[in-house]
This record gives sequence, structure tokens and C-alpha cells, in this order.
Amino acid sequence: MKQLLEKIKQEAINSLQNAEKIEDLESFRVKYLGKKGEVTSVLKGLGSIAPEERKEVGALANEVRAIIEEKLNEKKEAVQNALMNEKLKKEVIDVTMPGKKCDMGKLHPLATVRKQLEDIFMGMGFSIADGPEVELDYYNFEALNIPKNHPARDTQDTFYINDDVVLRTQTSSVQVRVMENTKPPIRVISPGRVFRSDAVDATHSPVFHQIEGLVVDKGVTMGDLKGTLELFMKRLYGDDVKIRLRPHHFPFTEPSAEVDVSCFVCGGKGCRVCKKEGFIEVLGAGMVHPKVLKNCGIDPEIYSGFAFGIGLERIVMRSYNIDDMRHLYENDVRFLKQF
Amino acid sequence: MKFPVKWLNDYVDISDISIEKLAHEMTMSGSKVEGVENLGEEIQNVVVGKILSIEKHPDADKLVVCKVDVGEEVLQIVTGAKNVNEGDFVPVALHGSHLPGGITIKKGKLRGVESCGMLCSIGELNLTLEDVPYAIEDGILIFDREYPLGMDVKEIFSLNEDIIEFEITPNRADCFSVIGIAREAAVTFDKPFNLKTPVIHETNDKIEDFASVEVLDKENCMRYAARVVKNVKIGPSPKWLSDRLKLSGIRSINNIVDITNYVLLEYGQPMHAFDLDNLAGHKIIVRKANEGEVITTLDEQERKLDSSMLMICDSEKAVAVAGVMGGLNTEIEDTTKTLLFESACFYGANVRTTARKLGLRTEASSRYEKGLDPENVIGAINRACELVEMLGAGEVVSGIIDIDNSNKEGKVLPFRPDYINNFLGTDIPKEDMVKTLTAFEFKIDGDKVLVPSFRSDIEGEADLAEEVVRIYGYDKIEATPLRGETTQGIKTKDQKMADKIENVLIAQGHYEVMNFSFVSPDIFEKINTNDETIKNPVVILNPLGKDCSIMRTTLVASMMDTLSFNNNQRTPNGKFFEMARVYLPRESEKLPDEKKKVCLGMYGGYDFYDLKGSIEAILDNLNIKDYEFVAEGENTTFHPGRCARILSGDKLIGIMGEIHPTVCKNYAMSAKAYVAELDFDTLLSLWVSDVEYKPLPKFPAVTRDIAMLVDDSVTVGEIEKIIKKCSGKILEDVKLFDVYKGEQIESGKKSVAFSIVYRADDRTLTDDEITVVFDKIVSNLEKNLSAQLR
Repeated sequence: MKQLLEKIKQEAINSLQNAEKIEDLESFRVKYLGKKGEVTSVLKGLGSIAPEERKEVGALANEVRAIIEEKLNEKKEAVQNALMNEKLKKEVIDVTMPGKKCDMGKLHPLATVRKQLEDIFMGMGFSIADGPEVELDYYNFEALNIPKNHPARDTQDTFYINDDVVLRTQTSSVQVRVMENTKPPIRVISPGRVFRSDAVDATHSPVFHQIEGLVVDKGVTMGDLKGTLELFMKRLYGDDVKIRLRPHHFPFTEPSAEVDVSCFVCGGKGCRVCKKEGFIEVLGAGMVHPKVLKNCGIDPEIYSGFAFGIGLERIVMRSYNIDDMRHLYENDVRFLKQF
Repeated sequence: MKFPVKWLNDYVDISDISIEKLAHEMTMSGSKVEGVENLGEEIQNVVVGKILSIEKHPDADKLVVCKVDVGEEVLQIVTGAKNVNEGDFVPVALHGSHLPGGITIKKGKLRGVESCGMLCSIGELNLTLEDVPYAIEDGILIFDREYPLGMDVKEIFSLNEDIIEFEITPNRADCFSVIGIAREAAVTFDKPFNLKTPVIHETNDKIEDFASVEVLDKENCMRYAARVVKNVKIGPSPKWLSDRLKLSGIRSINNIVDITNYVLLEYGQPMHAFDLDNLAGHKIIVRKANEGEVITTLDEQERKLDSSMLMICDSEKAVAVAGVMGGLNTEIEDTTKTLLFESACFYGANVRTTARKLGLRTEASSRYEKGLDPENVIGAINRACELVEMLGAGEVVSGIIDIDNSNKEGKVLPFRPDYINNFLGTDIPKEDMVKTLTAFEFKIDGDKVLVPSFRSDIEGEADLAEEVVRIYGYDKIEATPLRGETTQGIKTKDQKMADKIENVLIAQGHYEVMNFSFVSPDIFEKINTNDETIKNPVVILNPLGKDCSIMRTTLVASMMDTLSFNNNQRTPNGKFFEMARVYLPRESEKLPDEKKKVCLGMYGGYDFYDLKGSIEAILDNLNIKDYEFVAEGENTTFHPGRCARILSGDKLIGIMGEIHPTVCKNYAMSAKAYVAELDFDTLLSLWVSDVEYKPLPKFPAVTRDIAMLVDDSVTVGEIEKIIKKCSGKILEDVKLFDVYKGEQIESGKKSVAFSIVYRADDRTLTDDEITVVFDKIVSNLEKNLSAQLR
């Protein structure tokens, strides 16, 4: 019996070595381990051998069975692996073919940059205010210390709806509305459309965008204005940027300043972009004129504030090196796709 | 305002300051320099020469060989010019000289004959006939007099002067003058400012015997001063004077007119000279014009006046539009014998209105409208008279008529150095403030400061702070972070929703566009709208053109422009959106209702359901569940069978659909266009921004498919409604998966198939339960829609 089992074992191991297909393995299993298989038959025949041998032969038979099973499983795995590798080889694809994606749209570059600026200012505690685009002359001019027939009106060619109503020429109009309705401390920005009767060309558009900023509180200084704008510019253009304030005149701020930023192309050394100045003019700013505060019911003896106005188009055009403002309102998708 | 920078030296010694430094420092102290120009910058080594002899070129018919004396030597120069003669004085570009345009002249041989320089034309020196009226354009410049040989030609034409241009802001009328800028320069560079008093040697006559002045409108004419000059000799101005004018951009006319312009530039005070003999009654009357009165101004234009305009008149007629332009009838002519100088202060707003109404903006009016100093009037008129004597242009009659109704009370402001420092965030010593303000001619008296009369822009302490800090230096202000109570930068609900809608639309493949807020009144016809609520727009009084003369009441027309533009650029397809305001007039309010709209548009390979899908994506993301698309056949902008109103209960969210082919044709659109316009505020009112978590299902779902045959006219929406109504709480989802017409389906009918998902929260549904519901659906579909189950 023992010899028979040894023989079966040897035979099985030998025949397993030659098996290559998964079907061969199955018939192998049936032959040795199946219900009528050779090992199974030995185990079935245990009853007919002497009881004293039975235990030993039984153990041996189970051992042989286990060995054959183990070998079979090993072989099975090897064959399966070989099969899988075979299959994988056939599944090679061209990875350079284009990917599949769902087509996304994009924000307009003006909106992208506007949101960037909004984020910067929100991080500094500013909220976002809104005001009418068709605006009373009072809010656009008079409350901002620009009376009727004042030559300062010449610097902003205005569209009129009637004597009292204009298309706002500046987002500064929102300043007044905010101050009328809010108690200090005030920190708001107001992005939006403004209108001036300039014919369309590469650098002018009758519709364009500004972002107005306003801070009113006790003890706000011109140093704070400078600090705020410096922080803003660093966030926008990087930590190396420097700002420069030059005296200027706006009717609704006093003192007023034009603000330059060190040229981000040459870093201030002077180049074609900054016209050899080293600086580029980016915005207008100043301390809110006490008259304007008073017009809005805020006591200038207690409170002070600053305001600034940023032209969005100019920042966008500079950021992306766009040479013609008309592209921004033409809405050519080949242009819009680029941002 | 531009002028030769040397002029400043008459009032402040800046001769040791380089032009670059001057420009920079002046800009940084508040007088913005727009630019510096030097006409002769590119010209070097061009001198006066005299032609001694001219001989024919041995080998060229068209050339001649000249011997030219340039002072230190005699040069041989070959030229092709025909207008030169022996004895002529001409400009000679020497060997190694430079001419405008980067040209360098070198010795060389012309057809074998040595030429040691070049004779120049006016063009080669960057001059024009206006600069040198006696020259010709296509030949060598022959000087009209004998200049010293070897003299630099730049001196002759003042080409070696730097011309500086300042941007004058509307608040600084005083800086619209050489003296004003000189004062700024003096303070900027901490140098003495030398304002001289004009010296006049008057005759013994009395002005009262020559002329009289009456001011009827004292409100608009605060001061009127007049002086008389007799024995006037009209002639050309001396070179120094005409050069200064020329370099300042003003043409030289004659000595008297030049003097008035010179004083205008120097003092910033407009002057006018009348021919006294043509002033009826030898009298000046300052009054408002009569309605319809007419005057011919110096530019020979006839001007019709109205009763708001201030006029200068004699006893019979108008002789000048006050502060704007003189009349032709009293113009200074070569024959003028006696003249009257006017130096006056008119009310700026009146001059500005008049100038605008007449469409006539002049050097004078642009100064008056900024508000001039009544105290400047006398200095200016005396300066004019001083120049008359200096030029020998006439004899100044003794005395001055001065009708002065101006306010003599100087403005007094508190002087609080602490306030100024606190306001600026600086630590400027009081003495420095006093020094700066005093230099600007403010008078400080304890805690008060008297504002000089020429500084009408100074109204309060903030203005004083600016005076102080612009000299102290903006760059020295320390940048400080914001302090005080913390504020939060957060977006409002509608700002957040706008962000959300943008994100959804971008994810759906829409590109954001921005169109102008004004459009053409033709759009209503172009989009063929029958929506009366949008046909009454806000109209712009002074539009750039008709095509942008009304404020848009709908975004649909702009979207059609966008679609058509891209279609016509041969871009095969596109999906867009614009979120912007429309402007709807309100009867009871001055300002229109500015309603935010969300407009979607697409073309090229898309259909109605692509557009609907984008809208549903918005609604889903705003968690708006209760909405329906209702067929709309009446809106004439859209295809009558492919348009829907989007409703939530009785709220109209918007309209969408395929654009009517006629409208597409109006926009030269070759593809089908799909457009929707949604109302932002309605969406905002429906937005469910608070989302509550629903536990994930514990029990399995059961899916049943249903297919039926219905009449073509039955809509999917109707069927869905019945399925939903009959299913009750256990309905999880219902999805259309097939609509089929054609073979095997009788005509006029269609097969529609849905997949319905049922689930209960608390148990596994049994077949029996579902069968009950399903039977109910089937019987209702049969009953209400005559559906046949397939």
C-alpha cells in the first residue's frame, strides 16, 4: 500500500510537470483527487487493510493527497499567471493617444483677475459692496466733491440719461452709498462696470471695470493707506514688489496719490514695459476728503479714511500681456479659451 | 502746459539742476511732468557757413562744388542743390556731425570730388516752414541775415532748449503758469522765489480821458482791470519773445498779441487787447448777452449767444465773449493806434458753460474755468504794459481802471500740526510744516493759517496736510498695517450664489462672456420680441452712436452677437454664458431697476436638451426641486415648438429655447442657436442653501421598467407627472430611457419607456406592494392619456 502511494505521488508529480493548460490541471485533479481518483481510492480502501496498518497508511495517504494538492495549486497559479501575462501583453495600448475629458468652460479673464483681487481683499477683512450702474449725478459727482460745471468733470466724459442721472463713471459712487448706510469701521471693495464716452480702440473702451476700495475708521492714516496698498501689491505681484506714491489730485480725496508699482518685468531697472521708468502706474488713491465724509453723515473730526480705485482692464492686460482691449469684449472663444 | 524750462530761471534759479532731476523731483512734489523734449538733441556740429564760390562738378551735371567758409576754415562741399548762390549764408553739417534720425555726416567723395560736409535744408534740421517762414522746403536753407560764421545753428532756432510739459490738475489754476510752476520749483528745491513787480514809465495822460469801464454783472465778473496804450507800433516781436511762445506751442502774431499770450503763459492770467478806436463810446460794459445776440469771434466764426453768457461790450455791441475769445470787430490790426488791455477775473463755471455751449475751448477759457485769482489781475496787466515799453510797442497811459468786486476776505484755517501728523501717520516737526507752508506763501499766525489768494483749492486741514506731506515726501510716510476693530471679509448670499452658478456653467462647458451694457434700439426688431416689458429702455442722451444708445433690457441680443461672431469666425461650436444686469425703467423712481440675469447660449451640434441640461444643472446645484419646463409657443424670439418657460410654482425663473430661424437670419447666424435667460433674484429666492444629510438606504431598491404607446402629442412631462403622483412615497427615481417612433409603431403614436426605481426607508419592498402601485400607474395612464401598455 505504501509503495502504491509512493508511486502515485511520484507519478503525479511527474505528470504535473508536463501539464501546461488549465484543462490538463483539471483532468489531473480528477485523476488523482477526484471522487474516483487514485488517492481517493486508496483512502476508500483503507477499510480493507489491517487495522494496525490502517492508521499509518491513512496518514500517508492524507500526506500524499496534501502534497499533490499543494503541487497542483502551485502549478495552477503558475499557469494562471502565465495566462494573465499572455493576456496583458496583448492589451498594450498607445498611451500617446488623447485623453477623454468632459469639456469645461472658463471664466472671462476679467472675472478671473477680479476674483483674485477680491480674495486678496477679503483676506484683509474687506467685504464686497455693490451699487447701481445707472446712478444719480449726486452719488457719482456731487457727493464726491465734484459740483456741476466743475472742470474735474472734463476728465471723465460722462454718458447722461438726464440732468440728474448718469452712467456711473467710477465705482467711487458706491463709496457714498456705503458710507450713508454703514457705521464705521468700514472696509469694503466695490468691483463693477463703469462707463465713459471714449470711442473703442486698443486702449479705450466705453465700458470698463474698476475696483473701488474704502476704509473708514477712527485714526486711519495715510500710512495705513500705504501699508494696505503695499500688502495688496505684494499679494498680487510677489513679495519683491515695491510701491511708490506720487502726489496727484482727485476731488474726493485729500491728500491724493497716484500709485506706481515697481516694474515686474525688469524689477525696477527700467525696460520697454515700464518705459524706462522702473515703475508702472497702477491705481489712484488718497485720504477720503473730509467734505465727502461730511456729505455721508460721518464726522471727519472723529473718523478718517482712505479710498483707492483700480482699473481692472489694465491689470488684466498686463497680467496676460494682452495688447488690445477690444479682445476683452469681442468674446471670441479662441481668446477666452486661453485663460 | 509746456514751455522752455529756462523761462523758470526768471523766477527761481534752477540753473544748477539737471533736467532729469528737475522732472523727477517736481513730479514727486506734485507737479507731474508729462515729458521733456529737446528739439535739437539729435543735431550736433551744424554751423553757419558762407558760400564763397560755386563751380561745376567735372563729372556730374547735377552737382556743383562749393567753397564754404565756416569761420575757422574753408571747406569744399559738393551739393546737388539749385538754390544756392555765392555769398549765401547757409547751415553746414561738418565732418562728424549728427542730424535728426540718427544720421552722421562724414567726409567722402562724390563722383570723385572730395566733399567735407553737407549743406542742410530745413527738413534735415527737423524744422518746418512755420519755424522758418522765409525758407523753401525743397532746397538749402538760406539764412535771412548774416550770422557769425561757425555759429551753432541750434542757437538761431532755439533748438538747444529743453521744453518741459506739466500735467495741470483742475484744482491748480495757479500752476497753469510759468510763475506758478516756478513757485512750486522754489519750494521743491528749497530755493528763493523771486517774483518781480513790473516797472512802468507812464505818460502824463490820464486813462479816464481815454476809456471807461462799467460792470453790470458783478457776480460773474469779480474784477475787471483795464489800461490804455497809445501810439501803438504794431510789428514783429523780438526773437527771444517769439521763441518762448513758439516753444510753448503758441504761434507768434505781432508784438501786442504776443505780449497778451506771453502774460497768459507767464502769469496764468488771460489778457485781451482791444483796438480802442473801434470801441464805441470808448467804453467797456460787462453784461450778459441778449438772447439771440450775435458776435463774430477772432476765428471768424459767427456765434449765436444766449442770455446766460457773459459778454464784454462797448456802448453799442458785443466785442468779446468773456473769458473765451475776443471779437473780430475790435481786433488788433497793423493800423491800430490806441489799445485797451483787459485783465479780468470771471466766474469759472460761467465761462465753462459758455465755452461748452459755443464748442469753443481756448487757452483763456481752460484757465478761467478752473477759477482764477482776482489778485493776479493787476500784476498781469502791469507786466503786459512793462513788456510794451520794453519792446517799444507803444506808450502806456497813466493810471489803471480797476473795478474790483472780489471777496477780499482771505480764507483762514486752523493750524494743528498734531492733527496733520495723526492724519498722515507721520511725525513731521512743526517747524518743518511752518517752513513749507510759508514757502508756499501761507501766513501762519499762532494756531491759524491764512491761505494765499491764488490757492482756491485749499479748503480745509486735509489740504494743508497735503501741502506739507508732498514736500516732506510721500516716500517717507511709513507704511503701516490696518489696525482697529477686526472686520470680516465674507461674501453675501447673492455673491455666493453667483459663484455657484458660474462654477456650474463652467463645468457644463460654458465660457463666460462680457458684452457692453448699451446696445442698439434695433435689437427689439432683430430679436423679433413680442415681450412689451423689455421694449421701453433707458435711453442715453449723448451716446457714442445709435448702435450703443440704449441700456439693454435683455441679454439675449448680446448673446446672439456673441454666437454669431463666433459662428462667423468659423468656430464650429460654442457654449457661453453672461451674468450681467439689465436696466428696466421704473415710473416712480429716478433710477431704473437693475436686474441681474443669467444668459446661456450655444450653437453648433447642440440641441434644445443640451441647453435644458445646463439649466437643470444650475437648478440641481441650487437644490431647487420644484420646477417645470412648460411649452411656450407665443414668444416670437424663439421657435414656436421649441421654447419653454421655466417655472417654480407661479414664479417664472426664465425662458429658454431654440432661436427662431428669422432671428438667426437677422444675426447672420448660419447654425441653429439655443439661448436661455434666467432671473437671478428668482433663483436666489428659490435657492436652498442649507442641505440636510439623508441617511444612506438600508433596504434594497426595486426597479421596474414600463413601456407604453401614446399619441404623439402626449408629453413625457405629463407621463412623468402621473407616474410620480401614483407612486407616492416609495418612488425614488423615474428616468426616461427611450422614445421611439417609426416601424412597428402606428403613425401618430410613439413608444415611450421609463425605468422606475422604488425603495422604502424602513423595509424591503415586496412584489405585491409594487404591483399595486404599478397597476395604479397603468390604469391612470390608460385613463388620462389613453396609453397602451406594451
